[in-house]
Amino acid sequence: MRKLFALMMSCIIVFSVGCSSNAGGDQAAPNGTANEPVSGGIVRTTMPSEPDNLDPYLSAASDTDAVMNNVFEGLMRFDENGEILPQLATSYTISDDSLTYTFDIRTDVTFHNGDPMTIEDVLYSYKTLAGLNGMEILSSKFKLVKAIEKVDEDTLTFTLSEPSSAFLSTLVEPVVPADYMQQSSSPVGTGPFTFKSYVPGQKIVLDRNDTYYDTNRMAKIDQIEFRIMTDENSILMALKSGDLDIAQVLSMSVPALEKDFNITSFPQNMVQIFALNLDKKPFDDVRVRQAINYAIDKDLIIEGVVGGYGTKLYTNASPVMSFWYNDLSQNEPYPYNVEKAKALLAEAGYKDGFETTIKVPSNYQTHVDTAQVLADMLSKVGITLNIELIEWGQWLETVYTGGNYDTTLVGLSGKLEPHEVFLRYESTYPKNFYHLRSPEYDAILEQAITETDAPKRAALYKQAQQFLADEAVAVYIMDPHLILASKPNLKGYTPYPAPYFDATKLFYVGE
Amino acid sequence: MKRKLNFELIVGLSLIGFVSLIAIISLFYTPYDPNAMDIANKLKPPSTVHLLGTDQFGRDVLSRMMVGSQVVLLVGFSTVLISLIIGGLLGILAGFYGGIVDTLIMKLIEIKMAFPGTLLALMLIAIWGPSVSMIILALSIMNMPRFTRVVRSGYLQYKNATFVEAAQVLGLSNTRIMLIHILPNLSSSIYVTAALAFASAILSEAGLSYLGLGLQPPLASWGKMLNEAQPYMIQSPFLAIIPGIMITLIVLGFNLLADGLRKNRV
Repeated sequence: MRKLFALMMSCIIVFSVGCSSNAGGDQAAPNGTANEPVSGGIVRTTMPSEPDNLDPYLSAASDTDAVMNNVFEGLMRFDENGEILPQLATSYTISDDSLTYTFDIRTDVTFHNGDPMTIEDVLYSYKTLAGLNGMEILSSKFKLVKAIEKVDEDTLTFTLSEPSSAFLSTLVEPVVPADYMQQSSSPVGTGPFTFKSYVPGQKIVLDRNDTYYDTNRMAKIDQIEFRIMTDENSILMALKSGDLDIAQVLSMSVPALEKDFNITSFPQNMVQIFALNLDKKPFDDVRVRQAINYAIDKDLIIEGVVGGYGTKLYTNASPVMSFWYNDLSQNEPYPYNVEKAKALLAEAGYKDGFETTIKVPSNYQTHVDTAQVLADMLSKVGITLNIELIEWGQWLETVYTGGNYDTTLVGLSGKLEPHEVFLRYESTYPKNFYHLRSPEYDAILEQAITETDAPKRAALYKQAQQFLADEAVAVYIMDPHLILASKPNLKGYTPYPAPYFDATKLFYVGE
Repeated sequence: MKRKLNFELIVGLSLIGFVSLIAIISLFYTPYDPNAMDIANKLKPPSTVHLLGTDQFGRDVLSRMMVGSQVVLLVGFSTVLISLIIGGLLGILAGFYGGIVDTLIMKLIEIKMAFPGTLLALMLIAIWGPSVSMIILALSIMNMPRFTRVVRSGYLQYKNATFVEAAQVLGLSNTRIMLIHILPNLSSSIYVTAALAFASAILSEAGLSYLGLGLQPPLASWGKMLNEAQPYMIQSPFLAIIPGIMITLIVLGFNLLADGLRKNRV
């Protein structure tokens, strides 16, 4: 009798455990036959920080953009190669003097609130951004726009005060319904997903837009949830317990996930740089900067800090931006060479090395770890690097805005528009914290922004990259990869060179 | 009063002795440079080459653990010394003079007690930046009230005792009575409190370092090692276990010492 009871109990336990794991893990994926794409399903992923503002015109955080780019669209969009394509526009023409852009807009678009998108909405949106509505300018990218005019019901023109090859990419900024004031609480756009809910501290939920006009970009999944999670261990646990379907993880979590998840990694168009303040001695001497470049073994940093998940860089550009990337890997400017570094230091008058400080934002473990490896490497050429961890807000204030530091370490997020990347080194740029002041460099950029022929323009940006490498303005270390763990039956994640978690391409396959 | 060694006292003292020995040896000798990296040999389990394995940068864990003990003892001793002197002095004044002085000092201490210690440490470190001296300062303020309370109650007990009255009749100065006549009677309860404060200071330092508010890299302390080991828990659990065991041992050592001293007193 007792045996029978025990058997019954164990049956009940086994049965209930089976049930609960089922409920927790697989409910999100719809059923289907093996490896066939199935439509529908819910995808649960993470976002690393609280959205700063759901209103696209008031938001500045790239984490928020990555989510809300599923909801909003502009006249133009960028694809996975960083190319700028028409989205809400059907076609465009540029006048011979490169000052007037004429756009035809789509007429089959409706906003998520059901209203059709008209020329008035487009005019309202871009006039608001450019400050032509009698209000203050919202986006400095639009400061060259002199006038925006309606031609007929589906055509409008933009007139610029001077030619700018970067203009098309600024039209990625979204079109919103005219005079709709609740964007911050319930965002309304035209994109493939509609905003469902935002629970502060927890998640943003987006639903598929079933009436989306662009059949090519129609979403396959029903819903996507972005859980606001920062702690690596909780993400790891949530993945393992089946509470997340796809998530960005750190390299050290990979061994724990490899068995049950698909691990994919992509360069994320970020430039991790070890910046040297050119206003401070001895970094004003190019030989010292070159010596530091020679003294650093980037491969070892990639291996040691991000477990090999990184792409080595040579200048302020990641190979992701293939069109204007200057590939220096064949002719590496500063291959690891301690002897050469010592010789250059001696030549510059620092035979016995020197002591300096690196200010590192403490919330980025990758940078904190990299700083320790840098200190170890530089000690081999006689340079003592004291590490000072500072809080992110303080970093922004003293280093980024104030330019008050000796050396620092940070990841510069990539931009689609090369001009926005290289502008950071222009003499007059207020946040040029490297303190590079080179008329030669400024001239290259000046030429590039007025050049509208794409290949010629790319050649100029390649020249700018070569300049930064030759002058050894900083040590360009790596593009740390984005590592994603996804359930084996979830496919279709596509990386973009700009902040965008594209939920339209995701789909489940049957098990 | 006859002093006898009891079990707690022996175990406690030997644990403390063991850690102190490691700290002293590490001043002169460690198997490897504790900050030297060898990335090719990172996250290696314990072996004959690296007795306790290597961390995520290939640094020798044994060497870092040894050097870390210096920080632990330095923080512990300095904290106890500072909080004992300042806290004790306040306790003497409050207990001996009573009245308005007592009320003022005790209100001050109560305000401090109502303020969470970690929050205070966080505040100080946020303002002046993380460093060993800032940790010592924060922990000293945190531990001060316990000394004030113990000393004050002792003085309340003795200030009307016959030997004190006798001393006053002889015309001795208050300072002399406070420090030479009364204080020695409180020594054993002060020892117990100090041992407990030592344990709590070490634990708090480990906690603060674990939160990333302690030492600046590449310096090592046990809490810092725990903090650095956390992301590698699944790959290399020994990285977290070793500093964890060391923290347990030293804290246990001081708690046993306090227990032993208390038993001895009775």
